[in-house]
Amino acid sequence: MKEDKKTLERMLEGNLPWNQLKPIIGDQKDSNRFDKILEILQAKVKWNEKILLPLHEHLYVVAKDGKRIVKCDCGYEFGDYQINWKTKCRIRVRDTIETIEQLYPKYMGSDPEWEELREYYCPGCFILLDVEAVPPGYPTIFNFLPDIDTFYEKWLSRKAPDK
Amino acid sequence: MERKPIGWNGRTLKEMLEESEKRLKEKKSYYGIEKLILKEQNPFRYERAYASLRGALVSARETALHVAASPIVTEIGELCFGLYTPEGDSIAVSTGILVHVHTMSEGIKFMIREGYEDDPTINQGDIFLNNDPQCGNVHTTDVQTLIPIFWKDELIGWAGGVTHQIDIGGITPGHTLVSSIQRFDDGVYYTCLKIGSNDKIWRDHMITAKKSVRSPMYWELDEKCRLSGDLMIRDAVYDFIEQEGIDFYKQFVREAIEEGRQIVQKRVKERLIPGRYRAASFMDLPMKNQAWVPIARVDKISNHPNEIIVKEDGTFSLSFDGASAGGANAFNCDKGAMEGGQWVLLTQILIYGDKVNDGAYYAVDKDYPLGSWANPNDPYLSYQAPWGNLIPAYTTMMKCLSYGLFARGFREEVVPGYGFTGDSIQGGGVYNAGPLEGERWMLSTFEISGQGLGASAVRDGLNWGYAMWNPESDLGDVETWELFQGGIPYLSRKVKPNTPGYGKYRGGANYESVAFIANSEKVEFFAGREGLVFHGSGGMHGGYPNSTSYRLLATNTNLQEIFQNKQDYPISDPDPSNGDFEKLLKGNIERKPIGTIYPISLNNYDIIHFSESGGPGYGDPIERKLENVKQDLDNGFYTLDVVSKVFGVVAMFNNETNEWIIDEQATKNRRNEIIEERKQKSLSFEEFWEGERKKITEGKLYEAVKVMYAESLKLSKKWGKEFREFWKFPESFQIEVS
Repeated sequence: MKEDKKTLERMLEGNLPWNQLKPIIGDQKDSNRFDKILEILQAKVKWNEKILLPLHEHLYVVAKDGKRIVKCDCGYEFGDYQINWKTKCRIRVRDTIETIEQLYPKYMGSDPEWEELREYYCPGCFILLDVEAVPPGYPTIFNFLPDIDTFYEKWLSRKAPDK
Repeated sequence: MERKPIGWNGRTLKEMLEESEKRLKEKKSYYGIEKLILKEQNPFRYERAYASLRGALVSARETALHVAASPIVTEIGELCFGLYTPEGDSIAVSTGILVHVHTMSEGIKFMIREGYEDDPTINQGDIFLNNDPQCGNVHTTDVQTLIPIFWKDELIGWAGGVTHQIDIGGITPGHTLVSSIQRFDDGVYYTCLKIGSNDKIWRDHMITAKKSVRSPMYWELDEKCRLSGDLMIRDAVYDFIEQEGIDFYKQFVREAIEEGRQIVQKRVKERLIPGRYRAASFMDLPMKNQAWVPIARVDKISNHPNEIIVKEDGTFSLSFDGASAGGANAFNCDKGAMEGGQWVLLTQILIYGDKVNDGAYYAVDKDYPLGSWANPNDPYLSYQAPWGNLIPAYTTMMKCLSYGLFARGFREEVVPGYGFTGDSIQGGGVYNAGPLEGERWMLSTFEISGQGLGASAVRDGLNWGYAMWNPESDLGDVETWELFQGGIPYLSRKVKPNTPGYGKYRGGANYESVAFIANSEKVEFFAGREGLVFHGSGGMHGGYPNSTSYRLLATNTNLQEIFQNKQDYPISDPDPSNGDFEKLLKGNIERKPIGTIYPISLNNYDIIHFSESGGPGYGDPIERKLENVKQDLDNGFYTLDVVSKVFGVVAMFNNETNEWIIDEQATKNRRNEIIEERKQKSLSFEEFWEGERKKITEGKLYEAVKVMYAESLKLSKKWGKEFREFWKFPESFQIEVS
């Protein structure tokens, strides 16, 4: 199914009703979807660096000064995309009953002795970027390390925009 | 006299299986097939052939469940069928509990490798029964009936059907037993046993089987259901061969599987990004103060770290390296369970519109670490409730692939995970009054089949409508469950507030129910679900995990008096810290923060409460649209305090219009407050790192957490190396446990 730009924009904004979203889920995928989404996102962000890959609702791998870095749509730069961007975040740890019950009703959250909540915020805009529910002492999880050059060169048969 | 081999072209089945494995290894394709010749020559005939087999399997399932079956099978279709090659690879599948398609494959391969062709022999009309987790099954409660399909003197395939039993004769009544700690607690084991010939189940087997479980009538109905479905599939295969010819059939089945394998690679290249994906989930086993046997009296938390590597050629690897150990509990998984979990999720996430068969199995390299809960390699452990690890563990696969789907632009396909298919309340009793006096009833509600699905990146999660093991999930009707659990009638089922994981898009919501013991004696009750940890790998991109479960019971109540006086009784627990139970009931009202409990005894007019699981959320909750929050309040999905604290939304209820009204200016202020709070309460990564590290070095970890780390460090050099490097510990670092 080939969706037009306007439909995709509405989908990204969460404005597509189910009767229009369902066929997009169920039908054959548009082979050009990546480029269409990239175009929409590039027009949406307020900075000029070229987006190489959308990494997250608010984060992008972008080309800047010959490097590939993770950048928030607010403009904050997290540095090398090969290093877990979470290590550049501001972090709130909810590891007491009191702080967990600020979010979850009594009995409906984790026992902090068994599992804590970690909230990772963008240091620029303080949007919540990730929540980890892990036992105390668990290393920060590096969720996704894309192989950008293989993607562009082998799967899309073209060089990455920064090459 | 030596018997002629039953395989193709004078070969034995074992030789055929070895050949298949050799060709896969050498050519990296199913049976070494390089070209889909039939498809290229005549694509219409090829697709018609596949559709006819697929249609026959769906038809067999739909018909068989009405021939004879237990209420679980009839009501929510807790069965599925598959057609297999002589070597045991699935060609086409029905709808239903698809997690078992590959499990039956492993059962057939077990028979081949064990030389069943010579002894006990495999003949037209033979019937084999399997429920052994060491032979491909998930747990004993899933029972498989496998029949060989012969064309003249050659075995041309197998038909297999599986149903989920209400009871399997284990240490306690029930279908997923939390108190099993060894094989001998798991109930009756059938290890690929021949139980019939000439299309007839042997009488001596049926007598024995019915004496081995607590629900003999349903056992017999389900055996007949599976066999009738298998026979319908066999007939359909004969019709197919009459129409298309045996040579076409033989080539077609191999090409269909290879196409299934190729489809996975195509979908991966179409929808993902090459690279490394990671997620982790956890499960609590709070058995220290519950277990009956000393060796099982430990609190445990299972570590489910998952790493997926998507490769250049579109194949990928999946590894649970770093998983913690198996042990004296019911949550151990054998290979069949792990393979089934991987296969069923792959078919749902990537190839749901394509040819679903064992080609998908061959497209993925798997690593289930030896000694871990994912591969304990100990046949004497219990494998009765592997779902306890399997279900949370495979949320990680869904989450990992969702990072790729998101990056590729397919945000509509993103799902960070799903709710636990619990609250698995179980047990049973004996009627002591009424028309069924003296008869046993089983508590085995299968409304666990309807859980909350995670949010996607463009919409909220599906409410009460997902089970990872059955893409056709359905929570069923209360009236049907009461057919076989009439000793514990429902008082209510209604939406439970605050079950969906918070986020810009919320997870699916779910129900809570209240039931009471009636007209019964000798009642046992137990349950299984997460409680001390959040289920699965949580939300995504700022979304939160769905809420945990807890246990609420009321014993020695005045419910009989309430009924007599026609007074109100509790029908929900919307606010556990200020409960309706306490307001409306007299008695011993007890809430526990754990979801998994060992069997306890209950009496008439005791009350149980149970709640199903929501799904994890997606995105920062303070970005949720106000009209969506209003709907959440109107539908009772969230309470006002959660909406204010988590979503930063200020609202008031309008009694005249009977709806919630959002105060937009107050909401704007509240959301700004939340941002300010984040600034004030957050740490730099370095401060966070110091604090977390101290929890390890200063011995502040709870014993169960220490044991988890010690097990993962022992079982995996790689995981251990990364753990030590992250916290800057020396290579010799270990975590001491008492």
